[in-house]
Amino acid sequence: MSTIQDPIQAPAKSMRFGEMAALVGFSAFAFLSIIIAAKAYTPEYAFHAYLFAAASIASVFAIGNRYMNRPAGAVPQFIDGKPNYNFDVVKVGTIFAVVWGIAGFLVGVIAALQLAFPMFNFDLPWISFGRLRPLHTSAVIFAFGGNVLIATSFYVVQRTSRARLAGDIAPWFVILGYNFFIVIAGTGYLLGITQSKEYAEPEWYSDLFLTVVWVTYFLVFLVTVLKRTEPHIYVANWFYFAFIITIAVLHLGNNATIPISLFSPKSYIVWSGVQDAMFQWWYGHNAVGFFLTAGFLALMYYFIPKRADRPVYSYRLSIVHFWALIFIYIWAGPHHLHYTALPDWAQTLGMTFSVILWMPSWGGMINGLMTLSGAWDKLRTDPVIRMMVVAVAFYGMSTFEGPMMSVKAVNSLSHYTEWTIGHVHSGALGWVAYISFGAIYCLVPWLWHKREMYSMKAVSWHFWVSTLGIVLYISSMWVAGILQGLMWRAYTKLGFLEYSFIETVEAMHPLYVIRAAGGILFLAGALIMAWNVWKTITMPEAAAEPKLALAPAE
Amino acid sequence: MSDTYNALAGFAQTFGLILFVAAFAAVVAYVFWPSKKRKKDFDDAAQIPLKED
Amino acid sequence: MASQGTSTSTSIWSKHQIFEKHSYWLMLGILVMISIGGLVEIAPLFYLKSTIEKVEGMRPYTPLELAGRNIYVREGCYNCHSQMIRPLRDEVERYGHYSLAAESMYDRPFQWGSKRTGPDLARVGGKYSDLWHLEHLNNPRAVVPASIMPSYPWLAQTRLNAKHIAEDLRVQQILGVPYTDEMIEKAQQDLKTQATSDADDADGLQKRYPKAQVRDFDANPGTITEADALIAYLQMLGTLVDFKLYDNKANVR
Repeated sequence: MSTIQDPIQAPAKSMRFGEMAALVGFSAFAFLSIIIAAKAYTPEYAFHAYLFAAASIASVFAIGNRYMNRPAGAVPQFIDGKPNYNFDVVKVGTIFAVVWGIAGFLVGVIAALQLAFPMFNFDLPWISFGRLRPLHTSAVIFAFGGNVLIATSFYVVQRTSRARLAGDIAPWFVILGYNFFIVIAGTGYLLGITQSKEYAEPEWYSDLFLTVVWVTYFLVFLVTVLKRTEPHIYVANWFYFAFIITIAVLHLGNNATIPISLFSPKSYIVWSGVQDAMFQWWYGHNAVGFFLTAGFLALMYYFIPKRADRPVYSYRLSIVHFWALIFIYIWAGPHHLHYTALPDWAQTLGMTFSVILWMPSWGGMINGLMTLSGAWDKLRTDPVIRMMVVAVAFYGMSTFEGPMMSVKAVNSLSHYTEWTIGHVHSGALGWVAYISFGAIYCLVPWLWHKREMYSMKAVSWHFWVSTLGIVLYISSMWVAGILQGLMWRAYTKLGFLEYSFIETVEAMHPLYVIRAAGGILFLAGALIMAWNVWKTITMPEAAAEPKLALAPAE
Repeated sequence: MSDTYNALAGFAQTFGLILFVAAFAAVVAYVFWPSKKRKKDFDDAAQIPLKED
Repeated sequence: MASQGTSTSTSIWSKHQIFEKHSYWLMLGILVMISIGGLVEIAPLFYLKSTIEKVEGMRPYTPLELAGRNIYVREGCYNCHSQMIRPLRDEVERYGHYSLAAESMYDRPFQWGSKRTGPDLARVGGKYSDLWHLEHLNNPRAVVPASIMPSYPWLAQTRLNAKHIAEDLRVQQILGVPYTDEMIEKAQQDLKTQATSDADDADGLQKRYPKAQVRDFDANPGTITEADALIAYLQMLGTLVDFKLYDNKANVR
């Protein structure tokens, strides 16, 4: 990173250290990738090595080109006393988020259709359900959610620190490198490259690359906070910090593998059996806790106050919320392993802390909702606020449902069933996606200097269409899950199991169809958003103004 | 093993319960206690997102 | 770093300012908070002897079973099939004895799964014939009309690529799986032997891997296909521990 400002007025252009290092690094990496491609054990791995080589070469050209075209001297940190914010990376991240969101929802719809009608597998290896499901989960969590988190964190950390984003090439490496990781991971699943650890399926080389990107991300964020001109680190940044640091720890722990060769995509994990299971769900649960919760709570703590133009309800509560949440969340992993071969003491600990977790979760929810106190009319007049407040309400609902499902007696019924899928989606669609949509609707006009989104009516439509989709989705999965759990354990009067397994599968069919319909509605809502975002970015400045009147939303 | 388990579970269900209820009450009290000591700090911090530059 | 404290009260709550105004302290605080739970729950699993039961019969996977297992992983079977029978009455009656931690001691990665869109497979070994599995993988609806499982017609048509299987065993040996140097040396040969009916070295294979099932699994003796490997894996699942000899009381945890 070359953030050193040169006080001497030197007109001669010279290459910054970061540019030089990046050029050398990418060139060397391109060379290494080509060697690996030539000696790869499988064609799929060779394909990935060639992708790495192509991306490295493209980076070399991009950095060279940028050097030729940029002005000499360092980028000013302030212009006219105002921070010279770097919002270009935020723009790129926001657009990636919208595009990946649509892709991830679409793959989800296809996967849902495959469960309702198996012919949608088309007997093709690349898109059979077993390969598509990880593609869906990674696309929505890491591609959509991850881009939202990186883009908003780069925005929020600059605005609340009143400082320009640290680094010159580094932020670009973070956003582009992260999205390149998504491409490698996603194409890998389709080609059958997976280590089968849920939400951590990418193989060792993708994991290593992501580690480099993530460390850079952490440094960019940290140095920006260090440069701040505001004495206080705003609470949203704490949540971003916890998200970045904890995800790094989890990633390293759950992906500790040894590849069978530099030329093979295959690796074996250092942990085995029960220990591996515990590592997996320590990771898996805290991917929910720190990626899908802490990260998006940062959005709640910035975008809701900003949009409502009121400070957060209780700043003290946010401090308590923060420490209690991160301390307690990390314990909850074993509730994914109730009644398994994991020792009982670990299951009990996991259950206890999961129930306790309800308290900080609801503390945070109350803090988010009460920020609106005294301005509840905005729920009616501003569909963006409505979306974010409903997101917080869904957060409250799924953080009540979660502790309930982690009680062993409930879990004995719900585990392995569709209820879990319903629970995940009430959190993912209702909380994560809605708070993200709200943030995107805030960010796009701010970033592209428009007064407001192109069409507030379309925002309203998005809200209602996707809310209907969520309701169909989660209610069908509740019914499916409870039905499934009860059928599995049903006995006849004579003491025999009442249903064969395949009868329980048949009973799912209508509910799978309703779920797919819900997913299609949710996808439709996201398409409305994409259209609206595109129109907002491309519209001439003035077009938005008349629509800003605070007319009640339909 | 199961003796240790029962002992620990018994402890958790009595003293653990008291401890966590007390901690919870303390947290709620802290959040809503009308203290002035750091009020200005917190109010200033809460205004950070709303400042314009 | 900017850090001009405005309030300097001595109350314990003012000490919290250190986290609000110093990013290094904040990071340290976060690391401490997230480490406690993970350490308490994970570390004991490595040294408490009771974590993994003492059982007879567990052995590492044969090269063919391991290759089949890797196909199981590749196709994402774990997305719909668990391999973890819980000690609940209906599960034990439906699937067999509840799963022991010991039964997955050589599983890298574990395949317990989290969802049963299809039935549990922890003890599927020996429940169906090889031919049933072959038909079922080719087109599940040919044998189970209401099945919603995808068809895997390419498995029986794809030659198994196991050129590097010895390297797989070598890495597992490094990680502590009790593969001997002999097993690694003979990995390639063992793989072929196991997929061939009336093979010459079947006895040697049996000695290295007790209870290994040796035969052509996919009704295609000419070629060792991916279906051979996957069916060999499915047919051994849950067959290693003899539960008639297993002493449940000795392993109460």
